[in-house]
Parts: sequence; C-alpha cells; structure tokens
Amino acid sequence: MGHEPIRSLELRGITKRFPGILACDHIDLSIGEHSVRALVGENGAGKTTLMNILMGLYQPDEGQILINGEEIRFRSPNDAFDHGIGMVHQHFMLVQNMTVVENVALGMKSSHRPFRLDEAAVRKRILEVSEKHELPVNPDALVWQLSVGEQQRVELVKTLCLGARFLILDEPTSALTPQETDELIELLEKMSGELSIVFISHKLHEVKALSDTVSILRRGRIVFEGRTENHSPAELAALMTGHEVELPRVDSTVVDRSDARGLLSIRELRVRGDRGNLALDGVTLDIAAGEIVGLAGVSGNGQRELAEALNGLRKPESGSITLDGVEMAGSTARRIIDEGMGYIPEDRNTEGIVPSFSVRENLVLKDVGEKAWSSGGFLRLRQIAKNATDLRDRFDIRCPSTDTAAGSLSGGNIQKVILARELARGPKALVSVYPTRGLDMGAEEFIHKQLLARRSEGVAILLISEELEEIMNLSDRIAVIYKGKILRIVPGKSATKRSLGLLMAGVSDE
Amino acid sequence: MNKSMKLAYNTAIVVAAAAAAMIIGAIVFAAVGADIGKAYTVILTEPLKDMMGITEIVVRAIPLSLIALGIAIAFRSGILNIGAEGQMLIGILASSATAIALPDMPKIIIVPLAVLAGAAGGALWGGLAGFLKARLGVNEILSTVMLNYIAAQFYTFLLRGPLMDPEELVTGSGTPQTVRIPRQAWLDRIIPGTRLHTGVFIALALAVLVFFLLWRTSVGFRMRAAGAEAKAARYAGIHVERYLILAMLLSGAFAGMAGAVEILGVHRRAIEGVSGGYGFTGIVVALFGGLHPAGIVPASLFFGLLLLGADMTQRLADVPANMVLVLQGAIIMAIVSARQFMNNPYVQDKVARTLLRWFGKPEPPAPPGSIEACPDPSDAPSPCLADDPEALAKLQAQAAVGSGEGTDTTEAQR
Ligand SMILES: Nc1ncnc2c1ncn2[C@@H]1O[C@H](COP(=O)(O)OP(=O)(O)O)[C@@H](O)[C@H]1O
Ligand SMILES: [Mg+2]
Repeated sequence: MGHEPIRSLELRGITKRFPGILACDHIDLSIGEHSVRALVGENGAGKTTLMNILMGLYQPDEGQILINGEEIRFRSPNDAFDHGIGMVHQHFMLVQNMTVVENVALGMKSSHRPFRLDEAAVRKRILEVSEKHELPVNPDALVWQLSVGEQQRVELVKTLCLGARFLILDEPTSALTPQETDELIELLEKMSGELSIVFISHKLHEVKALSDTVSILRRGRIVFEGRTENHSPAELAALMTGHEVELPRVDSTVVDRSDARGLLSIRELRVRGDRGNLALDGVTLDIAAGEIVGLAGVSGNGQRELAEALNGLRKPESGSITLDGVEMAGSTARRIIDEGMGYIPEDRNTEGIVPSFSVRENLVLKDVGEKAWSSGGFLRLRQIAKNATDLRDRFDIRCPSTDTAAGSLSGGNIQKVILARELARGPKALVSVYPTRGLDMGAEEFIHKQLLARRSEGVAILLISEELEEIMNLSDRIAVIYKGKILRIVPGKSATKRSLGLLMAGVSDE
Repeated sequence: MNKSMKLAYNTAIVVAAAAAAMIIGAIVFAAVGADIGKAYTVILTEPLKDMMGITEIVVRAIPLSLIALGIAIAFRSGILNIGAEGQMLIGILASSATAIALPDMPKIIIVPLAVLAGAAGGALWGGLAGFLKARLGVNEILSTVMLNYIAAQFYTFLLRGPLMDPEELVTGSGTPQTVRIPRQAWLDRIIPGTRLHTGVFIALALAVLVFFLLWRTSVGFRMRAAGAEAKAARYAGIHVERYLILAMLLSGAFAGMAGAVEILGVHRRAIEGVSGGYGFTGIVVALFGGLHPAGIVPASLFFGLLLLGADMTQRLADVPANMVLVLQGAIIMAIVSARQFMNNPYVQDKVARTLLRWFGKPEPPAPPGSIEACPDPSDAPSPCLADDPEALAKLQAQAAVGSGEGTDTTEAQR
C-alpha cells in the first residue's frame, strides 16, 4: 500500500486488440469516490478485458490510466492492489482444496514470513473484514465445501482483506440464485458508503437497484453513459443490444390438452439425491404436446434430480416416466435419447458440451453412431462439417470456425450449440434446465423464441428455472417444487410473482 | 486458435521441453563430473555414425512406439495407463508360449498368431485394470502399477520354473529363459548383419490404424469424448464405462504386442530384463509425441536414439547410462509445466506482445467486434489446455504456487 487513497480514477482512450478482434476501442471512463458505476454490455462486449487492463493483467495497446489526475502504469495486479484496487473475477479464483484462510493468505504478502505463514494475522484480518462489512465466512472451511454464494463472499472478503477501497465485480451475480443475488445487492449497497464499486452485469434490474451511474459497452465502445435513475431498463436494454429487446411471451390459449395423460408423463417419481436423501418424493406431472410447463422453485429442491432421472442419468427408486406411451423410468440415457428426449442441462460447460471438442463435433455428440454421421463405423467428416455450418447459420452461433473448440466460446454461444444440437434432433419432449442463466439479453431473447417455436411445433417442454420472469413469460402452466414435491400447479396466466414466491418458500395454504 | 497455430504451439512446447530437459541434464552431468559437451555429443551423434547404430535406434523405437500408441489411446480416453511394463510381460509370455506350443505351423499362420497372442495377453492385463476402474472405481494408477509387480513376479516365476528351458537345467547354467522359439515364428531381419526386423512395419501400420481409430471412427469419437469430459459423454448417451474398458483393453494389447514383437524379432526367446523399462519410457514417448501417432513415431525414434546414446556414453564418456532416466524425467516435467504455464491467456498475451516488440509488425486493426465472443478466456478453459485429455492435468502435482492475487493457476485448471 502506501499510496494515497483514490479520489478519482480515469481511463483515457484505452484500446486493446486481440488477434482478429478489437476488444476495447478507445474507451474513456472516469469513476469518482463512493459511487457505484454499473458497466453493462452483452457477452463479448469487452467488459472483462477493460477491467483486466485496469487491474494490470493486460497491458493496453493505447491509452492511459490516471489516478487522482496522475498517469500510472500497472504492470501486474500487485501494483493495482497497492493502489487499493481489487477485483472479484467472473470465475472465482479460489483454490478449491484450500481453506478460506489459506486462500486469503495466498495474496496477503504481509503475512508471508520466511518459511512460514502468519496464519493468525490472516485470520484476524478476515474476522475484522467480515465483521465490518457483515460478510459472515468460516475461515476454516474448505472452499469446495462452500456453496456458490458463500464462495462469492470469500472472494469479496479476500479482496477486502488485501485493502481494496476500489472494488471491481465482474458479473458477480451470474452464478448466484435469485435469493443470493438479492443478498449480495443489499450488501453492496451498504458497502458503497465507503468504497467505490464497478459493478458489471447484464441484468438490468440489478443495475437499476444498485448503481448511481451506468456505462454501456457495445462491441468494445462506450455507447452510452448516464445516471441510472433517469433511464428505464427497456431503454438500457435497447442501448445494450442495439435494438429493441422484447422478451417473447407465450399465448397459452392454443394448447389442446384433451388427452388426460401428457406426452411426457411422470407418475409418483421417487429419486434419491447424492447424499442418499429422497430428493424427489412422489412427483406427478403431465406435459402435453405443444405445452410448456414451468417448474419453479428455489434450486436444490429436487430440480437437478428430476432432470437427471428424466434423462436416464439417475436411477429412480420408484415411479414411472413415459414419453409418448413408452415407459422410460430406469432406462439408459442412450435409450431415452433415442426415444426422442432432448435435454438442455444445467451445467452447460462440462455437461452440455465436451469443451475440447470442436463445435462441429459437439453438434453430433449424441448421434455420431447414426447413419447420417458415420457409415461402417467411419465418421462422415464432410457431412458432419456441413451439418455444423448449417446449424451455425440457423442458430446464429458466433464462432470463428466450426473447428473451434466449443469450450472457448462465450456462454451464450455454448448454449446455442447445445440448443442447436438438441432441437435439430427433432425431439418429442425437451427438458430445459436454467437455459438462460448467466446469459445476456440478446441470447435470452433468442433462446426464449426458440423454445416457443418448438412449443408451436408440438414439443412437450419442461422448463426448469429460478427466474420467475422467465417462467411466467413462457409457461402454459407452472408447477412449484418444494422439498422434492410438487406443491401446486397453476395456470401461467393467473400466476403472480408474489403467489409463486410464497409457494417457492413452501407456504401453500392461502 | 486454428489448426496450424495449434500445431506450431504444441511443437514449440515440445522443443522448449526438450531444451529445458537438456539444461537440467547438463546440470546433472556437471554434478557427476562429466564433460557435458562430450556427453551430449556422444548421446546425440554417436549412434548415428554407422548403419549398425541407426538400425539399433529403430530396433528400440519399435516397442517404444507400440507402447506409446497404446498409452495414447488410454490417455485420450481419460485413463493413465502406467502398467505397460506388466502388460508387455504378459504379452511376451502369451506370445512365446503360443509360438513354442505350436512348432509345426507354417510361418504365415504362426507369426500373426503369436503376435495376436501377445496382444491378447496384454489386453487381459490392461483390461483387468480397466474393469476394476469401470466397475469398482479403483484408481487406475494404483491398479496398473500394482499389476506391474504381479506381472513381473509371475514372469520370473514362469521363466525360472514351468517355462524354463530344460537344457539349462541339464547344462547347469540355470539361466532363466525359455527354449528358443521355433524359426517359423520369427520376425525376419530386414538388413543382414543388423537386428532390424519386420516388426517395424507392424509398428508403422498400427500407428496409421490408431490415427484412424481415434479420429476417423465413431468408436474413437466416443472414446475421446469419454476421455475429454466424462460428464458430457454420459449426458450424450455414451456408455463411458464400456469405452473405458475398451480403451484399457486396446492399450494393454498394444503393450502386449510390443512384447511379442520384441521377442519374435530380437531375442527369439523369453528372457529376463526384456522390457528394460520400455513400459515407462513409452509414457514419455506418448507425451512427447503429443499423444498423436504422427508425433509418437518420431518421438519413439528420438528416444531410441537417447537410449542407445546413453549406453554409449557409459563406454565413451564415462557417464552412467541411467542418466537417460534423468533426461526422461526432466522432459516430462518440462512438457507438463510448459503447457500449464503457456495456457494462461495472460501469459499468452504477454508473450505475443513481447514477440511483437521484437519482430515488430503492428497487426492491422480488426473492425470492431468483427468476430464476437470467440476465444474468451474468462468464459471458458483455454482451447489448448482443453485439447489435452484431462488425464494430462491429473499428472501434475497440484502445486498451488503462491501467485496470490492472480491465482492464475486456478483458472487454468478449470
Ligand atoms: N486473451 C484473449 N485472446 C483473444 N481474444 C480475447 C481474449 N480475451 C478476450 N478476447 C475477446 O475480446 C472480446 C471481449 O471479451 P470480454 O472482455 O471477455 O467480454 P465481456 O466480459 O464483455 O463478455 C471478446 O470478443 C473476446 O472473445
Ligand atoms: Mg466477461
């Protein structure tokens, strides 16, 4: 440390090029003391790059950084720390098999003694910080044991322990549940009295709730700057994407639900979770052809287990699952896939795709054995490549080539790869789990439209989500899950946020 | 990253690793008081001076490449096969027993039969570890290493007991070896006066075959998918356990064949000490060759050279031949850590900037946002790290370097 506190911070003409792309294009940005600045923009707009430059992780190709009017040059994050700038990265930078104390100590050079670590000092500092900012953490917990929300708190504590007075938060809410998000926003609101915060997000209601001023980044350029209170979320959304964004809504009058049993029908399903607990305790649900049923609930109430059981990745203990009349409970994933089940999994990066496989390989992941993609056991590379180009165009997957590793794409584009594969297979039913989590509005709009289009083609869709807005916009009917049971099923039209919220909390009597 | 860049990048890593290993080796040479320059000159050039040396390199490269091919199959399928040594021994037993038991077969039948017997023996031994992992979740590193010991003891027992050449008991010298394999079962020598044998064609053919298997067939596709991300493979309906067992069967079969070819082509009888650490060197060859047949073939020749050269330094430069083991270890460490380090996008950016400064040709500015959201290191593991089977990452000691603030290693490991 030893530098005077930051009163003003200014970025001037920051430009950063990566091979084939201009990530930041002459960006000017100035941030004052004790304020919250929201930085919004779609995936790939350059937000992370800009902040990494501010942290000294990247060197800008052009431009300057000024602190209190003086030009400075950060050669590494250490320099930024010394000036009291700290960043919580989009993906947590925690060593999973170390304790909280050890993780904080990694960056706290002041606690490093020759041949040993002054753990007591670190612990003391953690407790100080966590008390001051009301950030409860258990210093001795191992990081992998903590929930995502708790890990986020550890990241915050870590950054504050290093003396940050100027805090950069890169999409801190993208991995959090709505409840955790609310808590975080409240917390940041309190902290903003003493700190300056740069808050990166593409969720506009968070931006509205928290920030004083907002800057919008589009394709590497600042396209807008202003006071948050003066602008509606719709305005900001339009500026962010460059066009009016209107999330589509379902028109739930057209469904014919005359057959009593749905196309996808679940009866008295019981499934055990990883810890041997009964994660699903007698779930019964019918989804008709051309119907979207939204499953609302706080995550961890059996959603994961339901999705896995429906797709043959978890053996049900009892109960039945039929797809178009065919019994599938306990079948292998292979057979269920062949029966026409589509699945957009919760974990898109390691379950929905093989990250090191190319986009084109991922697009045939489920069907390499089919005649279309292999004959006599040999891959038909030309067909596979052509399929990929077709799907890329149809689903607007943005990648330099279909030969690119799918794991190197942005979240939204990874989701489009998964969506393209699942939908192109022409499924009878589709299980879609948190399909837009962490995605920007443009991608969200696209995915919602795709789901609605499949609905009108007669696909039975189970939409599992925590975003009430998403569920209410898209669902013909909404089922609320709580502790492994369906508490109630309500028509999408008559649902309100309040009533769903109460049900999700387990309050079912009215 | 496009294909040619990736190739250049991987080549650079391998070359850098070799260079780093040489430096470490030099330090060790200096420590044992050897003449560094002379030692390296002997290792790298002496074997190439005559036909004999060159053919001997190839003779060593044959089993090395076969074993490495098998290890690459396993690695690509997500399994670390440390058990090639044992699989090779079982292959030798199966192959020589078959050849000896059927002395009157015509060559055209007995040679393939003996080689396949070796493959079957190795497959049995490898498949055992695969089965244990798939069905009972037994860590393959432990099981393959332990199976090595069992195989070694079993081999010694047979060679000193049931399979021992009766002549040895009569003449009383008691060398633990089998009888000579009947002549029809031999792999012919290609160049008279050298030991170069037709096994070289088997190795080359199988290298091509492995390439086709892994990158051109649907079975290989599934094996690689299972190896690269088992969760996604399972999700996609791939029977991961089945492919894991298949990969270990194949991996073992290759090691077994290496043993068979070595016996039928070089020794013509099962003797002790045949494997000579090939099973372990094969791992280095596989990694050095980028887990790809096109890399493994040259890598096996390079290690053939090192092995032979190391034998010669003992005579010519008075450096123990075991030095080559030091080089091997150094190469593995260098490759693995270079990959880890170089895959950090921030490091890549720094390297690129430095290179630009040196060879300065400013890149033409791209139109803003021309390709959106492509290699985004913040959103995903970098493509080059991802390119390697997760297995590679498993090899690395998870040394948490106190880089603190950056904690870049964490990101790279995701
Ligand atoms: N290390 C890198 N190498 C090449 N391109 C990069 C790198 N880092 C980011 N990019 C590219 O720069 C652009 C901006 O990325 P980023 O700052 O991560 O966007 P955001 O955080 O707004 O989603 C993207 O197109 C991304 O693909
Ligand atoms: Mg980002």
